[in-house]
Amino acid sequence: MKEETAIGNEVTRKIDSRQVMIRIRDLRKSFGDNNVLNGFNMELYEGENLVVMGKSGSGKSVMIKCLVGLMKADSGSVEVMGKDIASLDREQLDVLRSEIGFLFQGSALYDSMTVRENLEFPMRRHKHKLGNVGDPTPLVLEALENVGLAHTMDLMPEELSGGMKRRVALARTLILKPKIILYDEPTSGLDPITAKEIIQLMRSIQQKYGTSSLIITHDVDCARVISERMILLVDGVNYAEGPYSELVEATDPKVEAFFKK
Amino acid sequence: MELGELSLFAGRFFREAFKRPFELRELLRQCYQMGNRSLVLVGVTGFIIGLVLTLQTRPTLMEFGAVSWMPDMVGISIVRELGPVITALVCAGRIASGIGAELGSMRVTEQIDAMEVSGTNPFKYLVVTRILASTLMLPLLVVFSDAIALYGSALVEYFKGDVSFQLYFNKVFDALEYGDLVPATIKSFFFGFAIGLVGCFKGYYSKKGTAGVGFAANTAVVFTSMLLFIIDFITVFISDIFYEL
Repeated sequence: MKEETAIGNEVTRKIDSRQVMIRIRDLRKSFGDNNVLNGFNMELYEGENLVVMGKSGSGKSVMIKCLVGLMKADSGSVEVMGKDIASLDREQLDVLRSEIGFLFQGSALYDSMTVRENLEFPMRRHKHKLGNVGDPTPLVLEALENVGLAHTMDLMPEELSGGMKRRVALARTLILKPKIILYDEPTSGLDPITAKEIIQLMRSIQQKYGTSSLIITHDVDCARVISERMILLVDGVNYAEGPYSELVEATDPKVEAFFKK
Repeated sequence: MELGELSLFAGRFFREAFKRPFELRELLRQCYQMGNRSLVLVGVTGFIIGLVLTLQTRPTLMEFGAVSWMPDMVGISIVRELGPVITALVCAGRIASGIGAELGSMRVTEQIDAMEVSGTNPFKYLVVTRILASTLMLPLLVVFSDAIALYGSALVEYFKGDVSFQLYFNKVFDALEYGDLVPATIKSFFFGFAIGLVGCFKGYYSKKGTAGVGFAANTAVVFTSMLLFIIDFITVFISDIFYEL
């Protein structure tokens, strides 16, 4: 059952006037007999914070990986800033990827590199975007100051706590000043206080840079604080869609199950 | 099945190796990691092999009154066979398992995906550099190991047979021919290539989870060791044909 409501439609109308940054149509992906995505649809608008919520194994991470070309969908289309991902060659895809920041679930910092080197790494291929900077230090410092970790520049990832790693990873996604940021379970594995800090940081970054954010999570608190609009992913399709305030009041048992304490 | 996948992986290596960017900095870093950091291990192994080989062969050669042939025998066996094979096996344990575990862990923790989305081709950055580094470093490590092994052997002869170092090494170099050196050097490049290739293959396609990382490191060593003996057999077989011609 797909739940469409008046409030949901109103929010959709408000953001419909903005430019579409990501458009997914009828996305399907299966692994053997396991159909993970069964026709998922989604639009992310400019400057929007969209939360996609689903249980573990519901295909959230698969969807976000199809979005950046890390996984190939079986069928359906993924357009990012008007470009069909499947039709791009490697070079074009890399250029497009410079407009997308990706915060991985486990931070995915390169553990053989210092924090500074981690942040400089994405700049290797995209110097043109930053105007061929000679010394990358000011940019690295700015990105680290945004997450309050300027003092960690010369530390190794193993010397950082889980929350600090997540913040450094966030700084790394910001270094190329992307237009879209994809967050894969940004608060998973963090204590409630650190999780709140990360959520606040995500909000402040969105306000400062005006980025469009797609947040994949199963953390209800995170969704409540940050989402403008939500999609509930059940059995590989968008089961319900709308703002948090509306979905939390829904009587449908499958929707209710997401918000039960 | 796995051999087919490994061949495709090797094919991809050759396609990517000649494309820009060449990642020279990472290549040099890997050469340092694999070369410099293996010196002690390879040196100690070589020294003990030279020492033990001489000590164990001495009584038999004495029995036949052929102890003066010791430098020839040790020199040829170390340069032709023992040096390259033992160095390669030691490096399979150190380098192939290291690469397997490192890339496996990077796969599990999504570092390879992070590299991909940051616009860097992880295959070029991680795989091509490591395979090239091991291919280039192994022959150098073999030369180093051979030299240390011969020094170990000379030391035994110096103390037990009263043979000077100069005389010992003169006899070794007299006994060696290009036909001993060239196949051994070519073989060492192939050994290095196999070590890098299998280590990278196992790590790059490591399955999720920490168990997968351990499995990647373990199978990298086992598979590489087996492959080394197959390569050894093939190169000896081919060089033998050339000898007969």
